[in-house]
Amino acid sequence: MAWFKRSKQNISPDSVKSDIPDGQWIKCEDCGEIIHIKQMEENLWVCGKCNYHFRIGSLEYINILFDKGSFKELDKKMRSGDPLEFVDTKKYSERIPATIKKSGLYDAVRTGIGKIEGKKIAFGCMDFKFIGGSMGSVVGEKLARAIDKAYQQKIPLVIISQSGGARMMEGAFSLMQMAKTSSRLARLAEAKIPYISILTDPTTGGTTASYAMLGDINIAEPNALIGFAGPRVIKQTIGRDLPKGFQRSEFLEDHGFVDFIVNRKNLREKLLLTINYLS
Amino acid sequence: MAKNILEFEKPIIELEKKIEEMRSYDGSLDIKDEVKKLEQKVNQLKMNIYDNLTRWQKVQLARHPERPYTLDYIYNMTTDFIELHGDRQFKDDKAIVAGLAAIDEYKVMIIGQQKGRDTKSNLYRNFGMANPEGYRKALRLMKLAEKFNIPVITMIDTPGAYPGLEAEQRGQAEAIARNLFEMSKLKVPIIVVIIGEGASGGALGIGIGDRILMLQNTWYSVISPESCSSILWRSWEYKEQAAEALKLTAEDLLEQKLIDRIVPEPLGGAHKDPVAMAATLKNVLKEELAQLIKIKPDKLFQNRIDKFGKMGVYVE
Ligand SMILES: [Zn+2]
Repeated sequence: MAWFKRSKQNISPDSVKSDIPDGQWIKCEDCGEIIHIKQMEENLWVCGKCNYHFRIGSLEYINILFDKGSFKELDKKMRSGDPLEFVDTKKYSERIPATIKKSGLYDAVRTGIGKIEGKKIAFGCMDFKFIGGSMGSVVGEKLARAIDKAYQQKIPLVIISQSGGARMMEGAFSLMQMAKTSSRLARLAEAKIPYISILTDPTTGGTTASYAMLGDINIAEPNALIGFAGPRVIKQTIGRDLPKGFQRSEFLEDHGFVDFIVNRKNLREKLLLTINYLS
Repeated sequence: MAKNILEFEKPIIELEKKIEEMRSYDGSLDIKDEVKKLEQKVNQLKMNIYDNLTRWQKVQLARHPERPYTLDYIYNMTTDFIELHGDRQFKDDKAIVAGLAAIDEYKVMIIGQQKGRDTKSNLYRNFGMANPEGYRKALRLMKLAEKFNIPVITMIDTPGAYPGLEAEQRGQAEAIARNLFEMSKLKVPIIVVIIGEGASGGALGIGIGDRILMLQNTWYSVISPESCSSILWRSWEYKEQAAEALKLTAEDLLEQKLIDRIVPEPLGGAHKDPVAMAATLKNVLKEELAQLIKIKPDKLFQNRIDKFGKMGVYVE
């Protein structure tokens, strides 16, 4: 289960803000349009010309979705324990603090409880910029606890996925997070509490093969890469080029695996509408 | 035959050959003594080699082309096997075999990944790499078992879920996710046995259960050593290091508390004596079944939530 080492689209508003002084312009990754950073922010990091959805982080999603000041973060400082004392070209025990420092995040998911139009929601949102949004023990545990909050308080659950899959450096521990989160979701479902999964670019590997695909409703942002195996691996396996649009949100909708695709500017409204039908 | 011998098996096999040859001479006392000495030597050698296998060597044993597969265990452990086919939606996935069987007094539903022995059968079995319909077939039969209160035994032996174009089209991720979700709350006992390779989500897709067992020379992890090497080292050459780093053997997983029990293999590996291996596993399964059938169905769900809930290492 691979997570993506690098991405040409790995622009986050955080890094843009810090790298470029105010008054600067940025170029759309897709159509090349030059857009003012202020305009991008107002447009929720979506290109006004071609509707390209820039990748954003958990803080931006919280700002987009929740009533101002209503979000209370849970388990903020939980961090990886390096159970395997994993070493590749670098020690995982050094990779973690370096990534924490660089990203300002403690791991690849932020969880908490917030309100949308006064309605309480248990929430988790992954961050791709933390080791490719990879799922290890911390992601699994924080999500499991967020699911439990939804279960105990009988409030809807929303998880936004953005992940290259399970985290290699925690070996089988990472794999078991799929089991941990899915079994908790099964209990939530038995209690008839709604769970909405939002899939953003990219959602692949073990993340897709567990909580991301288990929503009562699965929602995707436009043109997000969503799949189990990564496109490179599939291409290698079948020995030919992949069709255009393969493993993109629209493809998933066509084949029956996401309920609908929503533009980021309508996300809050559509999410609330959906939740209100189910609770 | 020769191509099926692993590098570290060679010195043992050479000595064994020599003993065979000497035995075929007419037995003077001298030769008998000599044979005895050599036999001791070969035993010593085996113990030395198999006590000191590296993780990568264990991965190789787990993939040994002569290793018993799911159907071998079914034939050697059970009676009255009725194979059941298909997911009732798309097709019958040959990479997963399943059916009803009897293990002495226990009726069970056995479901496992199945590899082939040669090119032809491997193509037929897709090298033990299931498509979504394989996971859906497994789930259909688990539900069937649940309906008639029959315990489930799953056998994991896969290099991964099939990473193909159609597999994605038909929802490989959804199929695996659905199994994790449904297996968590299945109201009959589930015993999971890793009999060979347990590679990532493709393995876990039939891997939720009340007892997780690994045969002694098997591996189970989030990724294969080769793929891990290619991603983290950017080369296929670091598979040995990757295997070490991933800590993926049965002993490792027991120490990590991610599995419940290791099932010992005959000296040299399961392929050295598949019948004895099956007999050992059969006894272990009967022991586990005897315990598990006493647990109330509703308790099974809670137990699984607790079991997998404990897995993970983090700092608060
Ligand atoms: Zn654009």
